[in-house]
Parts: sequence; C-alpha cells; structure tokens
Amino acid sequence: MVKKLLLIVVVLSQLIFAVNDEAILSKKPEAKLSDYDFFKSPKEQIPNDNVHKYFLQTPLFSDYSLKDRFVYIPQEKKAVHSFDKVYDFPIGSALVKTFSYKMASDKNKVLLETRLLLLQETGWSAHTYVWDENQEDAFLKVSGKTIEGIKFLYDGQIKKVDYRVPNQNQCKECHLSDNKIMPIGPKSRNLNFEITQQNRSINQIDYWIEKGLVENHDPQKVVADWKNMEESLDDRARAYLDVNCGHCHMPGGSADTTGLYLSVNEKDVRKLGVNKPPVAAGRASGNLMYSIVPGKPEKSILLYRMKSEDPGIMMPESGRALAHSEGIRLIESWIKNYDK
Amino acid sequence: MDFLVKKFSILSCLFISSFIFSEQWQISPSDSAQDDIQSAMILAQEGDTISLAAGIYNLNHGLSLDVDNITFKGEGHKRTILNFSEQKTGAQGLLVTSNNITLKDFAVENAKGDAIKSKGSKNIKFLNLRTEWTNGPDTKNGAYGLYPVESKDVLIDGCIAIGASDAGVYVGQSENIIVRNTEAYFNVAGIEIENSYYADVYDNVAENNTAGILVFDLPDLPKQGGKFVRVFNNNSSNNNTENFAPEGNIVGQVPKGTGLVIRANRHVEVFKNTFENNSTIGVALVAGDLESGDDSYDPYPRNIQIYDNYFKNSGYDPDFNRGELSPLLVEISNGFQPDIMWDGILPFWQNVFGQKKGERLVLDSNNDAKFLNLDLFWYFVMSFFHSPEFTGKKYFSDVKNLDPIAEW
Repeated sequence: MVKKLLLIVVVLSQLIFAVNDEAILSKKPEAKLSDYDFFKSPKEQIPNDNVHKYFLQTPLFSDYSLKDRFVYIPQEKKAVHSFDKVYDFPIGSALVKTFSYKMASDKNKVLLETRLLLLQETGWSAHTYVWDENQEDAFLKVSGKTIEGIKFLYDGQIKKVDYRVPNQNQCKECHLSDNKIMPIGPKSRNLNFEITQQNRSINQIDYWIEKGLVENHDPQKVVADWKNMEESLDDRARAYLDVNCGHCHMPGGSADTTGLYLSVNEKDVRKLGVNKPPVAAGRASGNLMYSIVPGKPEKSILLYRMKSEDPGIMMPESGRALAHSEGIRLIESWIKNYDK
Repeated sequence: MDFLVKKFSILSCLFISSFIFSEQWQISPSDSAQDDIQSAMILAQEGDTISLAAGIYNLNHGLSLDVDNITFKGEGHKRTILNFSEQKTGAQGLLVTSNNITLKDFAVENAKGDAIKSKGSKNIKFLNLRTEWTNGPDTKNGAYGLYPVESKDVLIDGCIAIGASDAGVYVGQSENIIVRNTEAYFNVAGIEIENSYYADVYDNVAENNTAGILVFDLPDLPKQGGKFVRVFNNNSSNNNTENFAPEGNIVGQVPKGTGLVIRANRHVEVFKNTFENNSTIGVALVAGDLESGDDSYDPYPRNIQIYDNYFKNSGYDPDFNRGELSPLLVEISNGFQPDIMWDGILPFWQNVFGQKKGERLVLDSNNDAKFLNLDLFWYFVMSFFHSPEFTGKKYFSDVKNLDPIAEW
C-alpha cells in the first residue's frame, strides 16, 4: 500500500513537474508561456525539474536588463559539443530567456518578456512572450511591443528606457546563421567556467554532465569575462565584440554583406575593421573613414555606432535603445591601445 | 502517463489544424497600423497578399517580411505612404529576407536608415514604388532608397527614388538584375550597381543627382568581381547636385556633375544613353583602389564598350570639392573638356605593352563625343613617358554584344 502510494506520488510529481514536450514540438506556438510548463513558479522564475538555469561568461547587452537563462533537453537525450559553435542540441530542446528589471520605484524585479528558442524537426523557432502586469503569466506576441517609460535600477543608478520587445522577424535577424535560426549563447567557449549551483562551486559544463545534458567535457578555452579586469584588454574587448556583434558580423550572418567580421576567432585584422572603409554605412559613418583606426577611438566608426542611440546609426541595429557606457569604455580603451 | 500524453497530442493536433489558405490581408491607416502591418507580415502564409489602403501610415518601427511568396502592395506611390519620420527602431523602413516577393504601389518616406532593403532574397520585384526623403538632399538622409543586397533575380521597374544620401537605387552583391523605367532624382548616386553580376539598366532617368549612374566594384566584400552589366537607353543628365554623402562612404568621393562612372568592373556595355549638362564629366572609366590590401580584389576595369551614346555640354564646370579626379582631369585636359574620360590605369605590364587582346576598351564615335585618356600611370610613375590621348579613334572597333538578362 505504501509502495503504491509512493508510486502514485512519484508519477504525479513527474506529471506536475514535467515540461510539456508536445508544446515544444508543436508547429504552432502556444498562446501562453505557462502552456510549456518550464517553471514551477513562473513569477519567481523557479524552473521545473530538468530545466536548468545557466550562465554566460560574457553576455549580450540588452539595455541593462537582467536575464535568467534556462536550458531544457528531453529525457534520455543529450547535446553534443561542436567546436567553436553552439552545442548541437537534440530535437525537443528549448532555450528559455527571461528579461527583467529591478524597478526604481520599489526595487522589485519585474519580468518583461520571456523568449523561447524551440528545436523542432524543421529547426529552431523563435517566439517571445510578454508578461502581464500581475506577473502571473506571459503571452505570445509576434509583432513586437514597446513598453514605455520603464525606470529601473542599475549599479545604484536610476535609468530610463522605452523597452522594445522584438518581433518574431527581429529574433531571426540576430539568430540567423546560413539561413537557419540558431542559438547564440550556449557555445562551449561561453559556458566553460566556474558557477555556483546548489551552494557549491562547479564548472558549468561539469554541471551539465552531472545533469545529463551533455556527455563529455570537451576542453575549449572560455572567452574572457568582459568585466574581469584581471584579464587582458584585448581578450575582454574581443569577447565583448564576439557576443555583442559577432552573431551578425560573421560569414552567413545578417551583416555579412559588410565584410566586417567580429567573431573572437577572426584573425584577419582588416576583416575585423582595422583601417577598413565602410561599405553601405551612409550617414552612420559619421564622416569617419574607417571602422577601427588604431590608437584613435574618436575616428573609429565602430565606436561611433556603439555610442549612438539613433536607429539609422546605432549598432547593434536592434535589441537596444540605450548606449552601453561600460562596453563603450572597454572598446574605446581597446582601440586606443590597439597595437598595430 | 502514456494515456495523458496521447490526450495532449490529440488536443494539440486540433490546434494545428486551424490552417488558413491564401488569405487577403486588408489594412487601413489607424493608430494600430504598426502592429497590423507587422503582424500580417509575420502571420501571412505563402501565397498571401497584404494590401494597404490609400492613406498615410505613421510608423515608429522598421517593418520586416520573412515569409516566402508574398505580395505586399498599396494603392499607388502617391496614395499609400509609409511615413517613418518618427521612426524609433530599425535600421531601415522595410526589410525583406524571404523569396518570391512582390512589393508594389506604395511609398516609403523619411526612413531613418535605408528605405527598402532586401537581403538574400531570390526573385524580388520592386514595382511602382517611391522612396523619398522629403526634405531634399541632406547628409542626414538615409543611405539607400531601394536596396537589394545578396539577392538574385531582382526586378526594379517603374520606381522613383529621391533624396538618398548614398544611392537612390543601390543593387549590391546581387545577381540577375533588371532596373528599368525608374527615375532617380536628388540622390548622391542615382542608380548604382555594385559588386554584382548580370545586370540590365535601361530606360531610366537619372537627373539632378551628384552622379547619375555608377557601376562599381569594391574590395573587402564577400562578393566581388562585378561583371556583365549593360547600361542603355538611359537619360543621365543635369547631375550637378552638390555631393552630400557623409565622408567615409565611397560615393562621397564622386565629384558632382558626373553622368556615369565605371569603376573596376568587367564586361560593361554602355550604349544609346543621353548624357547632357553634366558639369564634370559625361562618362568616367576608372580603376579601383590599387592599395586596398585585399589580395583577392582586382581593381582594373576590362572589356568595357561605350558606343552610340549622345553627349552634350559635358565638363563645363568640374567639381573640385570631392575626390582627386577633377584636379587631374582639369590639369591634363587643359581646357579640352572631354565627354568620356579614362584614367588609363592598367595592370603593370599593360602600361608598357597595351591592353590584352580580348579585353580592350571599345569605343565608336559616340556621335562625335570627345574622349580623353589621362594616362595616369605614367603621369604618376614617370612623367617623361606621360602621353594622354585626346582621341578615342584607336579604340574604335567592333562591338561584341553581351547577352540580355533573361526574365525569369
């Protein structure tokens, strides 16, 4: 009898705390985020069993928003390491990213949107869900949305933003690689570092092995943490450019028409922008001649476009409304000290 | 558990089956136009038509279309206007990234970046569209009006492009291109074909730009070696607008008063065009950047044929404000005022022995046009040997016609 009860509890708990695999594979996205069952407690962003929070060494800047990232891989399946690329995930996997701010008014964390990348038979598909005011659930929004006049806290300061939820096509603009949607973050080179999980320090990829997400620990050197002053300026700057620019500025990416390639592996300094004239920048050149002029950040188009908040000039083209002053300082000093 | 899963899958199947075939999306101007148009562009299924009623659509964000086989149309470029004066996000007014697309009968005004861009599209048609910056020539205007890039099978027909701070019509890194019956006014470059293969540019009017038509090949790009471009039956006249391109851009170096520039392309055939009242030069043939540092870049134009064109009143007031060409032109021509000018820069040995057979420049009288070869190689290298040519007679020979672009 006790055994039977226990069995029922176990089965029930599996049902209750299980991710909705059907929803991930469904051709049509669900109307509500809760339909996928990624969270035990959506409001607190406490993930369901088999949904794991993960961290990136150097993340993409998105208007100072806080990001909670989660990975889900169906039971009995594993992701496979792919050198210098995003992990090769099995069909039915999901990447979940929730954007939030700590509000200036009451210091509470308010969830804005949760973006999903779902791996189906036909490839990855991207959707975004906007949270309701009660923070109970988030709802599918295909055409994007502006959340105006958010006042949030960052580093003790109050900042203001008209936050832009991307539309479905804009998801693809950044996530495009050789005409397919691909995740950007979960590359071994951006995951392979110590994290804290369940009150202990562990290498993140070892943690993924422990949880059965991947098979092996393929040693690939992690990119620099762009904020860590102990790392070299060059490493930090290249890591920053890799994550913030390299997903479009790579062969097969949305910005490949420019011939400007900013991935961390780009060895050709001309392709990296050094003394490279712009191609189709228009007024975004800011009357400057080259993308990067070593020693002269003020003459470098790359920095000029990072500083801008004008949609016809700024880079990245989408995903930000504010300039990232900390990133700008990093790239500024990198160009200033760039060794010819 | 299994039972439950089955139940789930039946439920989700019911959801999936609510497909709709070939729909008409009708949209009218309203406060929700941004959302209406963008939603339609995302939710549309292949084969659908999205129709915009006449009126002004005030849009704050760039639009994008990524569904194949869609017609997006208005009720005419004077009546259906997408106005981006208050644009807050998006690097262009409209971005298309899918295949088999027809855009027709509407206008895009005052986009913050480019007006209409297609990237990586196969079979894209721009029909009877207008792209305009309504304040006239201004450095702050967006770069390109109609901007297909990395696209294949591109038709631009019956369009109007006004006020772009780079090129009104700019076809870049594309293949199989027709630009016809199109008008370009008050842009820096009226119509530009850049790093592209197989283009026919005909029956167009390019007036009051800085330069009427450009056929360019540039270094440091994924696709280069531009070739097989025919430019014919166009009128490229009165292109005397001050160059208002921001510096750093290649067109920023083009002097005002230019009818046509061919730069570093192969196989270009220019015939039956009219070049009138272009104050610097009617047609210029020049090499690309010799010191680009890009080893795969070939800066020398070859197989260029210029014949049966009509020139009038070229070079009466060369522009010294932009680029290095005008000062050299004026110094070497010494009052001659040519209609057609060649910088004469060739691969090293050809400067001694002449152009390779089968690659030579071909001219004819061009209705008594004046020709000048600046012979810049010897001008810079050893002025003792500098011998500019003031007649093109040496280049009069039989034309070998390029194949027309077959419509797809």
